[in-house]
Amino acid sequence: MQQLWLIPLFPLLGFLLNGLLGRRLSKAAINAVAVGAVLASFLWTLKVLGALWPLEAPHLERYFTWIQADQVRIGYDLALDRLSAVMLLVVTGVGLLIHIYSVGYMAQEGGYYRFFAYLNLFMFFMLTLVLAANFLLLFVGWEGVGLCSYLLIGFWFLKASASNAANKAFIVNRVGDFGFSLAIYLIFANFGTLDFARVFPAVSRQPVESGWGTLTAIGLLLLVGATGKSAQIPLYVWLPDAMEGPTPVSALIHAATMVTAGVYMVARCSAIYLHAPAALEAVAIIGLLTAFFAATIGITQFDIKKVFAYSTISQLGYMFLGAGVGAFGAAIFHLWTHAFFKALLFLGAGSVIHALGEQDLRRMGGLRGKTPLTFWTLLCAALSISGVPFTAGFFSKDEILLAAHHHAPWMYWLGTLTAAMTAFYVFRAIFLAFFGEPRGWRHAHESPPVMTLPLAALAALSLAGGYFDVPGFLAPLFPAAAGHHQAGLAAVAAGAGLAGIALAWLFYVARPGLAERTAARLGALYRLVYNKYFVDELYEAALLRPVVEGSRRLLWHKVDVGLIDGAVNGVGARACGVGGVLRLIQSGNIRSYAAWVLLGSLVALLAALAGGSR
Amino acid sequence: MNLLDAVLALPLAGFLLLLALPREREEALRRLALAVALSAFLLSLGLAAGYRTGAAGFQFVTDAAWISQPKIRYHVGLDGLSLWLVLLTTLLTPVGILVSWRAVSRRVKEFYALFLLLEFGLIGVFIALDLVLFYVFWEVSLVPMYFLIGVWGHERRIYAAVKFFLFTMAGSVLMLAGIIYLYTYAGTFDYTELLRLESSGALHFRPTEGWLLFLAFFISFAIKVPLFPLHTWLPDAHVEAPTAGSVMLASVMLKMGCYGLLRFSLPLFPQAARDCAPWIVALAIAGIIYGALVALVQPNMKKLVAYTSVSHLGFVVLGIFTFTPLGLDGAVYQMVNHGISTGALFILVGYLYERRHSLEIADYGGVATPAPNLAAVFMITALASAGLPTLNNFVGEYLVLQGAAQADFRWAALAATGVILAAGYMLWLYQRVFFGAAPADVGRQVYDLGRREWAAMLPLLALMVWLGTATETFLPAIRDTNARILEQTRSNVEVRVELRRPPLEVAR
Repeated sequence: MQQLWLIPLFPLLGFLLNGLLGRRLSKAAINAVAVGAVLASFLWTLKVLGALWPLEAPHLERYFTWIQADQVRIGYDLALDRLSAVMLLVVTGVGLLIHIYSVGYMAQEGGYYRFFAYLNLFMFFMLTLVLAANFLLLFVGWEGVGLCSYLLIGFWFLKASASNAANKAFIVNRVGDFGFSLAIYLIFANFGTLDFARVFPAVSRQPVESGWGTLTAIGLLLLVGATGKSAQIPLYVWLPDAMEGPTPVSALIHAATMVTAGVYMVARCSAIYLHAPAALEAVAIIGLLTAFFAATIGITQFDIKKVFAYSTISQLGYMFLGAGVGAFGAAIFHLWTHAFFKALLFLGAGSVIHALGEQDLRRMGGLRGKTPLTFWTLLCAALSISGVPFTAGFFSKDEILLAAHHHAPWMYWLGTLTAAMTAFYVFRAIFLAFFGEPRGWRHAHESPPVMTLPLAALAALSLAGGYFDVPGFLAPLFPAAAGHHQAGLAAVAAGAGLAGIALAWLFYVARPGLAERTAARLGALYRLVYNKYFVDELYEAALLRPVVEGSRRLLWHKVDVGLIDGAVNGVGARACGVGGVLRLIQSGNIRSYAAWVLLGSLVALLAALAGGSR
Repeated sequence: MNLLDAVLALPLAGFLLLLALPREREEALRRLALAVALSAFLLSLGLAAGYRTGAAGFQFVTDAAWISQPKIRYHVGLDGLSLWLVLLTTLLTPVGILVSWRAVSRRVKEFYALFLLLEFGLIGVFIALDLVLFYVFWEVSLVPMYFLIGVWGHERRIYAAVKFFLFTMAGSVLMLAGIIYLYTYAGTFDYTELLRLESSGALHFRPTEGWLLFLAFFISFAIKVPLFPLHTWLPDAHVEAPTAGSVMLASVMLKMGCYGLLRFSLPLFPQAARDCAPWIVALAIAGIIYGALVALVQPNMKKLVAYTSVSHLGFVVLGIFTFTPLGLDGAVYQMVNHGISTGALFILVGYLYERRHSLEIADYGGVATPAPNLAAVFMITALASAGLPTLNNFVGEYLVLQGAAQADFRWAALAATGVILAAGYMLWLYQRVFFGAAPADVGRQVYDLGRREWAAMLPLLALMVWLGTATETFLPAIRDTNARILEQTRSNVEVRVELRRPPLEVAR
């Protein structure tokens, strides 16, 4: 026993302490509890990993029974293998840095204890999700992180936009969870267990499904869940709105950890997907389309957090692409590097917002000199996400694109085009914020060390994080990804990134005004993309409004009040009903007559009492 | 007189005692009622402690003569199905008394007396093992609720009370007819005796006869559940009832119907129950979705919660008629869960009403600012109701849906949409009441939870977590009893089912 349960327990205690007593605690005490809890989890993770290293076989710990369903035990069981080890390091490591950063970022905000309590609760559920040894416990973490996401998006609940975004996030995720839960029912019904250690071997013994079958259905339903949590088409719509939450939340939950849960889940269920090629293909296609589609929107946005939000959707698409073409190790590798550079992008953006009180790129400009640390660290993240050679992002993106090329060359080319767009929109943001002349701001200040130190740590990881060979580490868990390294393909992909940067330089530094002119020339197409293809409006008109109005006008007013209640209240109907019943009773049976007499007198008595009580 | 008899007798004694006391001493009346209810609760804990899972038959049984001709006996006992429902009743009675402390200021003596009489009737329903005794308790519980709504309710209380009374009365008349017919057939009102006759094959109905008997009981129970489309009395009754009345109505009285289905409909009429199952399941699923959709658009908080009950109890009925162990376990678990979380919701809505004197959602907004604790407690309750894992409803819904998936995957797929909608109606309600900036008059009128209000809510909050995380406290007794009920529903049924099946399928 390595006491794995302590890893999620520390943040849970932090949540309880701050949540119950936080209002009476000083800020220093709240910080100590919240950051200390995550630090303890991080250290305990290291200790456990050290003890189990090299972790060649999964380590399972069974605690007590949660639900005994007929003959099947569903327990509080935690497991640690190399996949969850990578996730643990990301969640506790990046989580720790973001907690530290938040101490500075949230210093002036009301509801301080509430913020850190929610953040700790999130860590608890996320660690439960990662360590769960069965589907139902995974689902606990899965819904739990969704709850914390809801609470933190709506943190500034006085703003209607924040509480709307929070509701949207939770409800859209519930649609995904609907699919996930159906998958769970199917797994239970077919395998008689929900334990990973028993489901996956059982799956592996089955033949690969050539067409439609149970495993394909399970795979697709799990994918529905993943598209919700990981913001993929068609359920990605909640993530851009989720930027209403405080920026550290965007970094931790909506970039580095929670939104990658879908990728983790697909990788965890690789046994199922490898036996359901049709479902796996769906993963790849949805991922690739999302990557491309979100990148196009990212190019046109002016809110710095929205740019990065669409970037997150797009990068998650890459991860799904990687998993979908069978390169599960590469997908997790990208999850690993993305956690660093995307958390950094958001924290850097937060530092800019902290400096200016402004998140519209059009009102920034020329910040390089005022906030140098923020600039240089953000630049590291931008280089990494653009796939500039030898940064972390280069290695992971390269792995995915190579595997995609082996699977289907068109996927590689579309992915490479997306890589160029990625570099373009990220550097667009960098150039608009830090280069050129100030556009309408007077005062800006660099953030305090408690914020810049985490930035520096993440910058180092964004540059060097690719030298930890995640695919090699995970190789025993997944079948070897097909396709060997081809220098030519890697060079093309890296070149696409560099071209994107160059283009951004041309548009936003070398030739100011070119961007506006191009946008004007594109006309309707630009407006379509700028308005995010009107997908929100489409969902509103095609789904939300019909459900609400249909429920109100048809179900409630017409059916419930009109039809059902109308029938009940109708005197004629009642008389007929009573008459009909009476005829049935008239059976010639003396006892039933006696009962009727009894009943009648009771009613009369009650009626008299009712009259008297008025 | 054993422990169970004492738990039953205590509220009746309290009722009589309260009637004998002078009406002027209101504080003393309240305290006495609370003391009686708390003692009954503490005694009932002894039932849980003394209950032996796995032991055959009923426990804490008393079987004494009551009426000699026709032979009607005072026969009561406890099994895993009734155990938690009795505890739910004894827990929610003191809670209901606490929340009425200031809310009820008129006719205090009658209110608490009737409240204890209600508890007496409800406990009796869950432990009666004689059909006539069951029917008597069923009616006894009806009367105080009628008065609670009709006397202490809101503006349209008379309409709501009469509607409630007529609906349930229509149902119970059918049940009475069924009971009497059953007696002419079997010659006994005794439940255990009837079970014995059923499983030995001595109780053999002609098909139409079995169907009619099943329907007589079923309709009575279905009205009480309430099963779509027999639910329209519920929103009216809830809106007009005082808080404590709503709590007992939603948390316990609706369970009478579910309990009846499991106690009588399935074991006594297994063939008809199985034959009707597809239709009943269809109504249950329709109720799940319909109740949730109609809840979504309610402008009145109590009506909203009432319609969520239609949806949640659809899960219970669905679970029962899957005829799977998981479905039945989930159904019983969900009965308790619904009692806790919906009871808590009605209490919280009542707290809001005491502050602002309105049930309209539009009259609220920004309540989280003046009342952060109330907001936090409401949030936890709303999440429990929406089926968040680690809280109670999730476990019940999971078991029901898993059972449904085993019976027919399409049932689970349809019913699970109710879980999406649950998030919708709960979060939307929460947003409109608690989020945003508080208008000036809300800020002035709404204050945070007081100590008595905390006292009523804390046990329910604790149970939401307990039922959600440590199910092994509750499930073993339920599992054991349900296995017996399922066993009973298989007797004398499969033979005929097999005959109807093509031989190939039997071989498989």
